[in-house]
Amino acid sequence: MPNIVVLVKRVPDTNARIVVNGDRVDLSAVKWVISPYDEFAIETALQHKESAGGSVTALTLGPSEADKVLKDAKAIGVDEIVRVWNDSWSEMDSNSIQSALSQAITDLGAEVVYCGKTAADTGAGSTGPGIAERLGWSSVSNITGASFDGGLTVTAPVGNGDAKISVSGNAVISCDKGNFKVRKPNVKGIMMAKRAQVSVVSADSPASSVTIVSQTSPPAKPAGKKYEGGASAEEVARLLRDEANVI
Amino acid sequence: MSESIIIAETNKGSMAQVTAELVSAAIALGTTPTVVVPCVDPAIADGAGYDGAARTIAVKGTCFENYDAASWAAAIDAAAPSGIVIVAATPQSKDLAARIAARRGLSVVQDVVAIDGMNLTSPIYSGKAMQTVALSGDAVISVRANIFPAAASSAANVSVVDQSGDVLTAVQEIIARASARLDVAEANIIISGGRGMGSPDNFSHLEKIADVLGAAVGASRAAVDTWDEIPHSMQVGQTGKTVNPNLYIAVGISGAIQHLAGMRSSKYIVAINKDADAPIFAHADYGIVATWEETLPVLESALLAMMS
Repeated sequence: MPNIVVLVKRVPDTNARIVVNGDRVDLSAVKWVISPYDEFAIETALQHKESAGGSVTALTLGPSEADKVLKDAKAIGVDEIVRVWNDSWSEMDSNSIQSALSQAITDLGAEVVYCGKTAADTGAGSTGPGIAERLGWSSVSNITGASFDGGLTVTAPVGNGDAKISVSGNAVISCDKGNFKVRKPNVKGIMMAKRAQVSVVSADSPASSVTIVSQTSPPAKPAGKKYEGGASAEEVARLLRDEANVI
Repeated sequence: MSESIIIAETNKGSMAQVTAELVSAAIALGTTPTVVVPCVDPAIADGAGYDGAARTIAVKGTCFENYDAASWAAAIDAAAPSGIVIVAATPQSKDLAARIAARRGLSVVQDVVAIDGMNLTSPIYSGKAMQTVALSGDAVISVRANIFPAAASSAANVSVVDQSGDVLTAVQEIIARASARLDVAEANIIISGGRGMGSPDNFSHLEKIADVLGAAVGASRAAVDTWDEIPHSMQVGQTGKTVNPNLYIAVGISGAIQHLAGMRSSKYIVAINKDADAPIFAHADYGIVATWEETLPVLESALLAMMS
């Protein structure tokens, strides 16, 4: 029966306005949520458990503020919630984050790891495949569906279609929005999550070799040309060819 | 100059233009690139010669028939020299970048849109902010398309390396996508519709213009959430696809922050909306305040006349 881990990350709500203060973004006023694609990872992990048995542990990396997203995951239905953290960590690069998470996953004895295809803050999508490489596992990214009968088979986009891919051995699977509904927490789940204990573990992590120089607002665009009425589409088409040179 | 490694992006049996752009990115980093071409048939690498690149290595292996992250990373890592590794910021190559970085114990910086010495800038929060990081040594980076100029082609100096890796996943079958239409993530021109289109059937008016321009058709989250007929694969925005085409035409899209996050880096933006106060107009190079019903037929016939 598989020991399943699902990675969750605390990120600003995707509708939040991102403000820059000095040379860093100022996130003091944003609402924090589970990164949206992680919800598909949680759902897929729970379906895996329902089909094959075993247990689902939600794992995050972060300070105590991140407990909230673990409790949210618990309310949805995961069995255990674990946070890996060391107070000396700050502004970690991908190498240090993946090292710490890989160690925690090994310590948990996981056999399959689900995560969102990207986190809504960095949009990088590096964590899943990077962890798989460190663990020597297979990985499939951006899946839109999974079945668990007779081993793990996932659906992922390739070229001009969707491939059904069978996965042997231990694997890290990153999840895109799938063609299914994700379950939401119910009252009983929320009550259980309130009482749930987050187990906090530590890990070693190499120093970052990438340092943040600055975070800035995106450059403002100069004002464009604005027309009234549908007939102006002819002029706009001409400008797209003669001025913008894009058609 | 130190060496860097470009992992070539191919498209239907030849080099994708972004590969030539990666050469310019490598030179901007102060490095001389070696172009590594993962392939089944090394003949494809003959097209991978560029001005400014040192040489081309065709990494030939049966594992490259289908994308399998583990075997690709192992085979490429074994065949490629050390140095900064540069890939295109496509979903597959970003995935590969992360694996190669982890394999080499390096950090990975994704979606680079500007290079200044060893400082790399990428969008964060889906483009609502930009982050500049400094590399202190080798790293793996992915660079967005349409940012750097394409290096000129030249004769390729190709060496072939036989290399394969253990394939850990197996493609059972491929279900061809119903629509033959271009994916928004790969298109140079995108025309997207929002809830202002009124109904999913009206997206056919966008498809007609897309056919004239060779464009992809996209949609806002509001449209995808409202109509089952509009699939998530068309969604442009923070929880959909992030795009930076040469031209983005937004039709009946108000310009929610969620949508802007996915398309604001497009080179040129055209907005068509009947609401003169729609936020999308603040980001448009060319705005047309009108209904789509009166605008799209004029646009289509003007484009047809220009293209013929």
